Amino acid sequence: MTSKPTFRDEIANLLYASQGSPTNACIQCGTCSGTCPVANYMDQTPRRLIGMINANLKEDVLDCNTYWFCASCYHCTVRCPADIDIAGVMYAIKRYSIWNKTYREDLVGPRFSEAFMKTVIRSGRSYEPLLAPTYMFHFGPKEFFNEAVNASKMMLKGRIPVLPPRIKRLDNFKNMVKKIIPLGENS
Amino acid sequence: MKKFAYFPGCSLEKMASSYHKSALETTKYFDIELQELDDWNCCGATTYFHLDEILANTLVARNLALAEKEGLDLVAPCSACYKNAYFTTKYFRKDPELAEHINFALEEDDLHFDAKIDVYHLIEIFVNDVGAEKIKEGVQNPLEGLVIAPYYGCQIERPGKGVPESEDPSYFEDLISAMGAKPAYFPERLRCCGGSLIMTSRVPALDMVKVLLASAERNGAHVIATACPLCQVNLECYQSAVNEEFGTDFNLPVLYFTQLLGLALGIAPDKLGIGAELVSAAPVFNKLLPKEAS
Ligand code: SF4
Ligand code: SF4
Repeated sequence: MTSKPTFRDEIANLLYASQGSPTNACIQCGTCSGTCPVANYMDQTPRRLIGMINANLKEDVLDCNTYWFCASCYHCTVRCPADIDIAGVMYAIKRYSIWNKTYREDLVGPRFSEAFMKTVIRSGRSYEPLLAPTYMFHFGPKEFFNEAVNASKMMLKGRIPVLPPRIKRLDNFKNMVKKIIPLGENS
Repeated sequence: MKKFAYFPGCSLEKMASSYHKSALETTKYFDIELQELDDWNCCGATTYFHLDEILANTLVARNLALAEKEGLDLVAPCSACYKNAYFTTKYFRKDPELAEHINFALEEDDLHFDAKIDVYHLIEIFVNDVGAEKIKEGVQNPLEGLVIAPYYGCQIERPGKGVPESEDPSYFEDLISAMGAKPAYFPERLRCCGGSLIMTSRVPALDMVKVLLASAERNGAHVIATACPLCQVNLECYQSAVNEEFGTDFNLPVLYFTQLLGLALGIAPDKLGIGAELVSAAPVFNKLLPKEAS
């Protein structure tokens, strides 16, 4: 008797910790899109994306840049009259697309997140220079050059660490992480 | 003396060390001790939530548990760290199952979190624990003539703690007035700076920075005050990139509120990390000079 969960259910199930109304409470008022500082650059506005989730347009949702362009500023969430945690939904679709490897190849966001996560799991700390290879691979040489110039200016001002930091009780930390998500050998 | 557990976060070690220095100097001035957490870890910023919500909350909870072990409330100077710590504490209180699951993992480091402590952003310490009156009394060198744009950024106020003012706060303005400076009218003050979008979606992120700089400049600000390392780096270190991308010519200093406060309290600029800017803070001092000369 169990039927396959719809895409909308799948997204809802990905929001275990954060709270708020389910996406089908959306009244399509557009407050989120009007609030969003990145809306101009999104393939679909936040309002449309919520509508598309509710219509179970899975492929179209996953195929747009909207959720990877979300800066997680929560302004939409605070203002939504239906109490939907739109920023949380954006996070949920990011997770969905990373786990299912359905993100678009031309987007940097997913690679960046994965590189960031690996750094934190290995050392307990984040370290910007380790992210540089991801950056170089995905942006053109001009952007990378600009970034490098910026980085060296910051380096001169003593604003970039030379060595990656790590926490002291790293083994305990790694075991803690493993209790939440089982990791592969080389993570 | 009041004492808090202090979670500097990764950015404050180097990229925002001037925030770290000035935070310690200014709190010390008001007899508040910030005790750095021993062996804290990266809280995952916003990025961790892209991968796994429970793991993200676990990373945050480890730092919270370290503070709880000391029996101290937690203070974070970074708005993203603060928001994470605030949320995780809230989830722990609301959802015992989640708390149990995470505590099971924390056992690996002999830690446990019961969400008994409270979480504050550094600016709240000045607003609530010190208060505008005491700040006014402490000011040796009022920042007269300086117009400061109060940039709250997005993560401090969101999602509200059920207080209606979170759409129209004024405590940052009050803090600036207490320093003897004039708060600029800055309608974009709660708008997001783009955060880590600068690393992943460059042009939209630069555009977001441009909107903020333009608004501050249009409203006559001499300097933007921030309360978050991500905001500071985006607004300052990417200013030349904004100019290049959009043909603008912004040259607006961006300092931490603790640096400006420190100056007003008469603390030496080098103790406040002044001098590590990519956009020179000289215009700020020029504005203040005539008074000092008199
Ligand atoms: S603000 Fe809320 S109710 Fe309005 S369109 Fe957006 S998600 Fe739907
Ligand atoms: S959280 Fe994301 S979708 Fe919502 S307003 Fe901010 S950038 Fe836009």
